[in-house]
Amino acid sequence: MTKLSLLLLSLCTFAAAQPADLDKRLADLEKATKSAQSAGDNAWMLTSAALVLMMTGPGLALFYGGLVRTKNVLSTMMHSFVLMAVVSVLWAVVGYSIAFGEGNSFFGGLQYLFLHGVDADPNADYAPTIPQGTFMIYQLMFAIITPALISGAFAERMKFSGMLLFTVLWTLFVYFPMAHMVWGKNGFLGATWGKVSTFDFAGGTVVHITSGVSALVCALYLGKRKGFGTDPMRPHSLVLSTVGACLLWVGWFGFNAGSALAASSLATSAFVATHFATAAAALGWMLVEWIKNGKPSILGGISGAVAGLVAITPASGFVTPMPAMLIGLAAGVVCYFMVSVVKSKFGYDDALDAFGVHGIGGTVGAILTGVFATKEINDLRMGKPMGLIDGNPGQVINNLIGALIAWGLAIVGTWIILKICDAVTGVRADEQAEIEGLDLSMHGEEGYNFEA
Amino acid sequence: MKKIEAIIQPHKIEEVKEALKQIGIDGMTITEVRGHGRQKGHKEVYRGMEYQVDLLPKVKLELVVPSARANEVIKALSDAARSGKIGDGKIFVFDVAEAIRIRNDDRGEAAL
Repeated sequence: MTKLSLLLLSLCTFAAAQPADLDKRLADLEKATKSAQSAGDNAWMLTSAALVLMMTGPGLALFYGGLVRTKNVLSTMMHSFVLMAVVSVLWAVVGYSIAFGEGNSFFGGLQYLFLHGVDADPNADYAPTIPQGTFMIYQLMFAIITPALISGAFAERMKFSGMLLFTVLWTLFVYFPMAHMVWGKNGFLGATWGKVSTFDFAGGTVVHITSGVSALVCALYLGKRKGFGTDPMRPHSLVLSTVGACLLWVGWFGFNAGSALAASSLATSAFVATHFATAAAALGWMLVEWIKNGKPSILGGISGAVAGLVAITPASGFVTPMPAMLIGLAAGVVCYFMVSVVKSKFGYDDALDAFGVHGIGGTVGAILTGVFATKEINDLRMGKPMGLIDGNPGQVINNLIGALIAWGLAIVGTWIILKICDAVTGVRADEQAEIEGLDLSMHGEEGYNFEA
Repeated sequence: MKKIEAIIQPHKIEEVKEALKQIGIDGMTITEVRGHGRQKGHKEVYRGMEYQVDLLPKVKLELVVPSARANEVIKALSDAARSGKIGDGKIFVFDVAEAIRIRNDDRGEAAL
């Protein structure tokens, strides 16, 4: 009975619908489906872009701002804030083109100069379901936060003009090429089309290794803050830092889950991995601290959380939740030792531990991504194994090569750029300015006017 | 007239104010100060960097009373501020040469 009625029904339909009409309806349906997917993906990607901007200001500005002394709170927040403006202009004029234009393996082309042709049409090489304008603005937010991360190393002693020139040159000649190498069309280290295929889902190498290692170079080049090791340099407000770190944690969902470039199940998996890694890292750092110092601190907790976020960044779209927790835990413990033990052994003044957290956390993440990446989450290699545990030990080497290139570019690039800036504007604030505090000497303001 | 200057634990200020009010003293000036005597400071650790914090927050309380009431005030103040531990603070007593009420030029004990 059922079979008979079905047969009759399909016969009727076939008879009623003209083939041309059917084609049109199918095409309409296909269009409607596409536009629905595009709407969903675009909504998530615009949200993610806003979340990533929130990581720089207020997130990083508060996190770093709380860690410095009262007299430098504004200048430190300015290091993050001003880049929201400077890098944006740079991005529109040349940056997007250098990073994502088709060029050679190391440098993008110039076809998107002044955002020429970057509009509502998708760029199928990167994100086929969202307008290229969305992809462009999303990637800009990464370019903003990366140089802002470096400011943790030169906080409390860098001249503002020098800082501006440095970050412009650094973004141009270190960040954009690195982003192109890993994510740009034909990039040398691209996961799918690269000569050396590295897995860096959301920027562990591009963002965190480059910024963290450059931070170390800045700390060494600028020298220690005046009074380092003798004067107390306690964080002036861990309240601000905690608010900032929590905003970073939330914003990072845009950073990592957004890197799926679609509102897909891959975005979910990156979101989940990010969260669990961060939780484990916060506990890891606090636990080691508890054992070593007798007390677990909130600064330890939030530092661990950031270390975990850094380390899971490259891995987030490649690993399942349990390996994610292991990656987070490893980052929390390793970064604790870098910051608390190794740093004081060597005696460099990485004021807010940009190197210890981002450089080291990023490197730990890059290596462990090669270990734990699995085709169960991301079948980038079409059924072939992804990471070491999946059966592809070579991936660890590839990721290590990617990390080493980032280290090399960061060291050489940053050193040369600092030399240039030193000659043009000077990089270190003069002694009097530093003693007075950069808020007053560079900006003519104070963070807290309690008598006002 | 005597000036009584007491440096006490910040958390004792409400109890001290209440005790002084009970004996009819409700004028005083307080300042948040930092210092230390025999009480050792404490250690703070930020990312493995240790800081010895020696100067601890205290409250300095100043009041001027008629000489005849000085001992009574000192007793009320020190009873209220005492916890019995190191760090409870100290009281210093000074002779005051003159007191003047700015509003109407009252002089001496009338100005208190």
